[in-house]
Amino acid sequence: MTAEAAVFRAEGVGKSYPGVRANDDVSFAVEAGQIHALLGENGAGKSTLVKMIYGLVKPDDGRMTLNGAHHHPADPRAARAAGVAMVFQHFSLFDALTVAENIALGMEYPPPRRELSARIRQVSQDFGLPLNPARRIVTLSAGERQRVEIIRCLLQDPRLLIMDEPTSVLTPQEAELLFATLRKLADRGTAILYISHKLEEIRTHCDRATILRGGKVVDSCDPRAHSARELAAMMVGGEMRPIDRSGRQAGKILLEVKSLSLPAPNAEGTALKSVSLSLRAGEILGIGGVAGNGQEELLAALSGEVRSAPGTILLEDRDLGATPPQARRRAGLLAAPEDRLGHAAVPDFSLTENTLLTAGPRKGLVRKGLIDRAAARAYAEQVIRDFDVRTPGPSTAARALSGGNLQKFVIGREVLQAPRVLVVNQPTWGVDAGAATAVRQSLLDLARGGAGVIVISQDLDELMELSDRFCALNEGRLSDPRPTAGLNLDEIGLMLGGAHGMEVAQI
Amino acid sequence: MIRLVPRDQTSAAWQIATPLLAVLATMIAGGLLFAIMGYDPLAAIRTIFWDPLFGPAAGYSRPQLLVKAAPLILIASGLAVGFRAGIWNIGAEGQYIIGGITGAAVALAAYPAEGMWIFPAMVLAGALGGWAWGMIPALLRNWFGASEILVSLMLVYVAQRVAAWMAFGPMKNPEGYGFPGSRNLQQYPAASNPELIAGTGAHWGVVAAAAAVLAIWFLMSRHIRGFHIRAAGLAPRAARFAGVRPETLVAFCLGLSGAFAGMAGLFEVAGPAGQITDKLGTGYGFTAIIVAFLGRLHPVGILLAGLLLALTYIGGELAQLTLQLPAATVQVFQGMLLFFLLGFDLLTRFRIARRIAA
Repeated sequence: MTAEAAVFRAEGVGKSYPGVRANDDVSFAVEAGQIHALLGENGAGKSTLVKMIYGLVKPDDGRMTLNGAHHHPADPRAARAAGVAMVFQHFSLFDALTVAENIALGMEYPPPRRELSARIRQVSQDFGLPLNPARRIVTLSAGERQRVEIIRCLLQDPRLLIMDEPTSVLTPQEAELLFATLRKLADRGTAILYISHKLEEIRTHCDRATILRGGKVVDSCDPRAHSARELAAMMVGGEMRPIDRSGRQAGKILLEVKSLSLPAPNAEGTALKSVSLSLRAGEILGIGGVAGNGQEELLAALSGEVRSAPGTILLEDRDLGATPPQARRRAGLLAAPEDRLGHAAVPDFSLTENTLLTAGPRKGLVRKGLIDRAAARAYAEQVIRDFDVRTPGPSTAARALSGGNLQKFVIGREVLQAPRVLVVNQPTWGVDAGAATAVRQSLLDLARGGAGVIVISQDLDELMELSDRFCALNEGRLSDPRPTAGLNLDEIGLMLGGAHGMEVAQI
Repeated sequence: MIRLVPRDQTSAAWQIATPLLAVLATMIAGGLLFAIMGYDPLAAIRTIFWDPLFGPAAGYSRPQLLVKAAPLILIASGLAVGFRAGIWNIGAEGQYIIGGITGAAVALAAYPAEGMWIFPAMVLAGALGGWAWGMIPALLRNWFGASEILVSLMLVYVAQRVAAWMAFGPMKNPEGYGFPGSRNLQQYPAASNPELIAGTGAHWGVVAAAAAVLAIWFLMSRHIRGFHIRAAGLAPRAARFAGVRPETLVAFCLGLSGAFAGMAGLFEVAGPAGQITDKLGTGYGFTAIIVAFLGRLHPVGILLAGLLLALTYIGGELAQLTLQLPAATVQVFQGMLLFFLLGFDLLTRFRIARRIAA
């Protein structure tokens, strides 16, 4: 095989779903030893494309080749047999089983356990991915779980490895370790297709980038030769409007959380351990951390879904610890959870009905228990208008909206209630760049108006862009806040990872 | 291999069409069954679905329609509220029996007093009895996480034993020559639930059923509590976020459906049945589950479904008399109806995909 020979090649590949052309005339090639980025906004067609390569979806037209041979896998098993491996964003591991048992479950013909464990050790040593095959999944961090998935793929000795947004669950140090592994793998001749919308890591680590927009390949470039700004412009097809942080002044303290401790709500949950924070008027406090470290639990404690001891949550000196959600809203403490469908909104309810979930007390949509439908509809229309929610109208079911539009609706529903304090978890998760900018700007505008905002997010760029002070949530503990200005990524990484992260970083 | 794949969208038209399709399919499958058993299928279907309303003996059977439909509609209205929230009261039959007993207890204790207060007090006692019986599974679920499905269902059998004990023991008619069963309340004017308009079958239970339909319509579409119930059924986490406490909802829904079933039991005991016997439960509480689902858990749908199921009761009896069809015919029909309804329902939400085995 010559150096320029492509391991994988797509020629004119297209796929349509009812009403959507997900991929149109997509052509690109991934060469041996190359880390090839697939870059695009949500809905640009990245996942449809890799699903076709992995045999989950069949293309309507065009042709794919793998190692020069026609590649048209009927199912993932056929794709794996042909030499394609994929690490998904969401892991499919059994918590109660060990690493080796999980890997054996995914194999067609698993070797004897002792032999398999030896091979796992071998591969993990070769690629610098420390992993003990006898450990149970439940004891592993997100980064370690991802290693299980990667080693599972490496045992197949793949020609093409597909990674779907692998760093979204990792601390910066863990991400560095991952890239070192990928580089080793590439040096041995494996082709790697790397999906992400994180521009900086693509610029630093990828050799080639194919940019998708609206299902089409719009550009192909060497990402190292472009700035993040240029890449973003290619992705969205225009210049990004810079965000306006001006005009805010820190005022008096609005919200105080004092030594808030709560037990884990269930086996998968995280206990909150003596969380304390204070938030001033006009301020945005950023809370970073890898998902599963208490973010959902913290939001639930602030929204009132879970009550806490008296004196743990004070809004303008009023004790809200034992106050139920609607009374907290009346007092001015509002929240927007991470999970839009099923938590922040009822999927089968219309947008009008979804305003009633939270806006009843502050917007007068419910009087003496009776629903004022006209007022609810008018409020839904106001949110749709002011937050540019693209939808046929307020009678549309929430589930029919795209992720970005529903997120704009959810944030708008809370922001337009003029809260004293708004807590948001992952405000732009899975939202395209245009909508993300709009959501972030609305949070800044809210703070400019004198409200306090807490942004919980895994997206460090977002937190750096928005927050005045930054703290990290790790295993249910909240670090002391530090002013965002002057923080660098290494320091943040250490705050995020805690002791565990440092240990990983030393390997 | 066959798999079920969720449909992207469920159409509103199918929501209305599936109950009608289910009725049609029940008629066809029932007809086939009758043909296999050697009966004339067309005659049987006509006897069950047509003759009670328009046949030669319709003058007698037509009033029965409201008599049978009233308890079904009253119970189903209460059940539908809980079902919307995903709280499954399967034991309305038990709450119906206990409501009948506690309501009758007021009358039997007051006997032979006269007074306008007696009947309303009986209704209240019936509702309270049903409510209390419904609160048992509610509290067990809230305190210990016990499945309300199992607990409410098992309490039906307890209620049946209580009814038998009452009929043979404490409530036995002292002037009944040793026969089991309480005094006949139809012969105790202050406590009886008579036909209000002659020839219609309409008693106070019919009035209550109509009021229940209106009340749950108001609750579910105008009141925030109904909104929370619907939210809890569709997205429990979102309901919690909106401030719903699941424990409150469980108690509210099981209590409400219990109270409605208890009232239905009292109207039956004070009216058509007349007395407490060990055969107090006649299956209305179970059939009402079918009524609730066939009516799409919607007040208007429940009204129509209640009338239809009442028709199968009357038609089934008629078919027994005139065609000598077996007594189980009605139950077979009702069972098929629920089966087809759930089957068609599944297909409106999922489609069948064939997977080629690799």
